[in-house]
Amino acid sequence: MATTAKSTTLQLSEEQDSPRYSFYKDIAQRLWKSPSARLGGFLVIIILVISIGVPLLDNYDARRDRNLGARYAEPDCVIGLFNGANEESAFTCDYPFGADKNGRSIMRRVGQGMSVSLVAGLFSVALALSVGTVIGLVSGYFSGWVDSVSMRLIDVLLAFPSLLLAIALVTVAGPGLRNGMIAVAITQIPIYARLSRSMAISLRNSEFVLAARSVGADHFQIILKHIMPNSLAPLIVQSTLGLGTAVVETAALGFLGLGQQPPYPELGKMLADSQESLASGKWWVMLFPGLAIVLMVLGFNLLGDGLRDALDPRLRGSD
Amino acid sequence: MGKFLIRRLLESIPVLFGVSVLVFLLVHLIPGDPAIALLGERASPDSIAAINERLGLNKPLPEQYLIWIGNVLQGDLGNSVRGNIPVASEIRSRFPATIELSMTALFLAAILGVPIGIFSAVRRNSWFDTTSMFGALLGVSIPIFVLGLLLIFLVGVEFGWLPFVGRLTGTMSIERITGIYIIDAPLTGNWEGFRDALEHLVLPAITLMTIPLAVIARITRSAMLEVLNQDYIRTARAKGLREISVIRIHALRNALLPVVTIIGLQLGTLLSGAVLTETIFSWPGIGKWLFDSIVARDFPIVQAVTLLIALIYVLVNLGVDILYTVFDPRVRSG
Repeated sequence: MATTAKSTTLQLSEEQDSPRYSFYKDIAQRLWKSPSARLGGFLVIIILVISIGVPLLDNYDARRDRNLGARYAEPDCVIGLFNGANEESAFTCDYPFGADKNGRSIMRRVGQGMSVSLVAGLFSVALALSVGTVIGLVSGYFSGWVDSVSMRLIDVLLAFPSLLLAIALVTVAGPGLRNGMIAVAITQIPIYARLSRSMAISLRNSEFVLAARSVGADHFQIILKHIMPNSLAPLIVQSTLGLGTAVVETAALGFLGLGQQPPYPELGKMLADSQESLASGKWWVMLFPGLAIVLMVLGFNLLGDGLRDALDPRLRGSD
Repeated sequence: MGKFLIRRLLESIPVLFGVSVLVFLLVHLIPGDPAIALLGERASPDSIAAINERLGLNKPLPEQYLIWIGNVLQGDLGNSVRGNIPVASEIRSRFPATIELSMTALFLAAILGVPIGIFSAVRRNSWFDTTSMFGALLGVSIPIFVLGLLLIFLVGVEFGWLPFVGRLTGTMSIERITGIYIIDAPLTGNWEGFRDALEHLVLPAITLMTIPLAVIARITRSAMLEVLNQDYIRTARAKGLREISVIRIHALRNALLPVVTIIGLQLGTLLSGAVLTETIFSWPGIGKWLFDSIVARDFPIVQAVTLLIALIYVLVNLGVDILYTVFDPRVRSG
C-alpha cells in the first residue's frame, strides 16, 4: 500500500508537466489519498443507499402505520444478540430498532426519515447555492451600487444566528417541511453570496476575462462561461459542508415542532417524541434516529473536509 | 485608530436598521390577517378590531414601524398575547438563566479548547492530535438535541448521577441578586443551593459547550500551526531558546489573536443553541421561553426575543472587531 502511494505521487509529479495531465484525475487521486475524504465518501454512499433504497423498497404509509400491540417493543435482534435466544423467547427480528409509542417500527421510520432529511438538505443547499451564487457573482462582477445594496442585505441576514432566523421565519410562515427547507435555505444564502462575490472580484480583471471581453463577449457570457466555472471548486466544498448544516437545521426545526408534521417520519421530530419515554429507560426510541443524524452530518463534514483539501489551490503541490 | 472605530460604528448602523425592519416585518409577513393569526380563526369581528386597534395594525406600515421602533428604543417591547404581560420585564427575569448557561458553556469551551488546540499543533500528527481532531469533528457533527438526549439518558436516567430538569430542585430557593444562581448562592452564603445549582448546570452546559469547544480547538490548532511555520519561530529556535519559551512567548501570543475572535463569534452559536438546550433541559431562560411562545404562536415574544438575540450578536461582532484592531495594529491600516 505504501509503495503504491509513493508511486502515484511520483507519477503525479511527472504528469503535471506532461500534456496528458488531467484536472479531474488529479483531484480524484488527492481525494483518495485523504483518509477523511475516504471515510466521508463511504458514509455518504451508505446514506445515499439508505435514503434512495428505503423509499423504493418499502411502501410505507405513515397514516396507517399503527400497531398498539407492539407499543415500545424492544429492539428484538439487538436484545436477542446480547441475551442469547432461549426456548421461551425465540429469536425474532420484527423490530430490529424497536418500536415507538404507536408500535411503529423505528427502523422503517429512520430509513424514511433519512430520506426526508437528505431531500430537505439537498433542496435547501440547491436553493441557497443558486440564489446566493447569482447575487454574489453579479454584485462582485459589476460592483458599484448593485454590490453595495446586495451586500448590505446580506449583512442583515448575517446579523442573525442562522438557526434563530430559520426558527423565526418558520414560526411566521407556518410550520411544515416545505417552509422549513426554504427558511434554512434563506439563512444559508449569505455564505454562498459572499464566497462567489469574492471569486468574482478576484477574477473580474484576470487576463482570460479581459481576453473574453476583447473578443466581444457580453457580461452575461463572461459571468456564465468564464467566472462561474472558475468559482466552482470552493462552492462545491462549501455546498458539501452546507449539506451537513442543512440536515442539522431542518432536524432542529423538526425537533422544535416546526418541520415535518406528524404522522410523517422525520428524524428531528422522532427525537422530540422520544423525550417522553426517555425517563422510563426506552433508549431505542432516541438512539437510532440520533445515530442516523450523526451519521449524515459526519459523512458530509468528512467529505467536505476532504474535498477542501483536494480542491484548495493553496494546498496543491505543497506535499 | 479613532477613524477606524468611527467607520466601524457607522457601518453597523444600516445593519441594525435592517435587522429591526426584518424583525418588524416578521409579524406582518404572516400570511393573511395578523389579527386572525394572533387570535385564531374563530375570532369575532369585535375582538379583531380591538386587537388591530391595540397593536396599531390599522395604521400604514411605515408609521407602524416608527411607533414600534420608538417604543423599542424606550425599552418597551410590547405585551405578550397570552396574559398581556410586558415582554421587557419578562426578558429581564429570564435572561440571567440564559447568561448563566451560555457563559458557563463558553468559559468551559475556551479553557478546554485552547490548550487542546495548542497541544495538538505542537505535537502535530501525534496520537493526541489525531484523537482530539477526530473528537472535534465528532463534536461539530453531533447536533445539540442528540447529545442532550444522550446525556439525559446515560447520566441522568441510567446512572442517576445528575438532575436534568430545570435550574434548581423544587424545594430549593436562592435569593435573587443578579439572577445568576451560581453567583447569587455564594454571595448569600447558601452553599447547599450553590451545589444544587451547579449540579443542574452540568449537563446543559456540557451539551451547549461541545460545538464551540470543537471549533475553538480546531481554530487554535490551525492558528498555532501557521505561526509555527513562520521565520521568526525558526529564528527563535536557531538562537537556542528552549522549545517551551518559543511556544509560550513567540508562538502563542501571535496565534491567540484569531482565537480570541473565534471565541467571540461562538456567541451566535451559543444563543441559538440555547433555544434547543433550554428546551431539552427545561431551563427557564429566554430560549425555552421562545420555544413555548412558538408553540403558543405568541408573536410579540418571538419578535422581541429574535430582536434581542440579533442585537446581542451584532454588538458582540462589533466588539470583537474593535478588540481585534486594539491587539493587531496591521488591521487598522488595512
